Amino acid sequence: MIAVIDYKTGNLRSVENALRRLGAEFVVTADPDVIRSADRVLLPGVGNAAEAMANLRAASLPEVIRSLRRPVLGICVGMQVMCRRSEEGDTDCLGLFDARVRRFEAAPDAKVPHMGWNRIGNLESKLFKGIEGGEYVYFVHSYYPELCPDTIATARHGVMFSAALKYENFYGAQFHPEKSGDAGERIIDNFLKL
Amino acid sequence: MVAKRIIPCLDVKDGRTVKGVNFEGLRDVGDAVELGRHYARGGADELVYLDISATRDGRNTFTRLVERIADGIDIPFTVGGGISSMDDASRLLDAGADKISINSAAIADPSLVDRLASRYGSQFVVVAVDARRMDDGVWRVVTHGGTRATQRELFEWTREAQERGAGEILFTSMNHDGTRSGYPCDTFARLADDLSIPIIASGGAGSADDIAEVLTAGRADAALAASIFHFGEITVRELKTELKKRNIDVRL
Repeated sequence: MIAVIDYKTGNLRSVENALRRLGAEFVVTADPDVIRSADRVLLPGVGNAAEAMANLRAASLPEVIRSLRRPVLGICVGMQVMCRRSEEGDTDCLGLFDARVRRFEAAPDAKVPHMGWNRIGNLESKLFKGIEGGEYVYFVHSYYPELCPDTIATARHGVMFSAALKYENFYGAQFHPEKSGDAGERIIDNFLKL
Repeated sequence: MVAKRIIPCLDVKDGRTVKGVNFEGLRDVGDAVELGRHYARGGADELVYLDISATRDGRNTFTRLVERIADGIDIPFTVGGGISSMDDASRLLDAGADKISINSAAIADPSLVDRLASRYGSQFVVVAVDARRMDDGVWRVVTHGGTRATQRELFEWTREAQERGAGEILFTSMNHDGTRSGYPCDTFARLADDLSIPIIASGGAGSADDIAEVLTAGRADAALAASIFHFGEITVRELKTELKKRNIDVRL
């Protein structure tokens, strides 16, 4: 069973739909017991990282997530809260990935938010099995995780940043695999088969 | 570098897409999900669904349609048309829309942009702006499909919309919309100088050349088009191939 963590941060529907299209069984939950017993855990998230962290704390989930030993995938803000610290609201995060989350500086060729399809490269994980370096995936964010030893995919938007991270059983994608067409579906399927 | 986006726009009335021709292999061109999937498979980067229903029933039908679109389509989509309150927006978000586009309602009450952005994030809020270049050269914002004049000036309003939290600006020149004679690229370039958020060009495309020009000289981040796709004149993939030949970065 897959648990999709519901911590009141935006709409989970697109993640649910992606899982449904893959024929995966899942529950949407904030119940620590259900999350602990799941084979796979997804931590989606849109919006504001500081608010997302506050919601996780209010639901007593930080320790639950840190204690998980099965594969966990954070998406977008879900990934950012798994990092060390975010400049958004200057907030301490879960500290699973050894990266800080910083705000993009707007430039004529790097608008903020970073919105649209961009290439990922330096792919270094089974998460990207069957995906070629240079594949396009869909991003929408104003903050980014820095490059760090946990980086397993990079992208460039003014600066080079971590498009995906991995530490032990914890994975994170800054892009939205659930909105990235066939490539995104492959990445989610790879995660389910890790 | 983020690729330039090509965005087909589908008009929906009472739950059915209008204005389309029959594409080969498509059973029902009026089915918004099927037509959207057709475009997504053909390389569209995002989709925009515009509700042109005038009735309450039509709007309810649209919300149910948005749920089906969200279930069936694996690229981002924006919905617009008649969104005038937080309730409208939250209903469409819950139905699965990735973004909403607001136009007349933002002019009537600019604080709606602030409230939407702070509740759902800037990435959720596209501010659509229609404007007409007057005889004195000033771009005046118009609303309600171009039928109502306002005293708002284009550049002043787009800057304000950005400051209030808009995540993107979708600009249509009423002088060019429907003419198929190209975009006002100087105006788009000035918007690009002025704003730090992405700009979507709409209204006026008659050819791949027009779209290439607004993405290069006009420095727009995305181009939205309806008729050139719906009437089968060029497919999204053919358009992107043409853009690529001109060294424009697109996802192919």
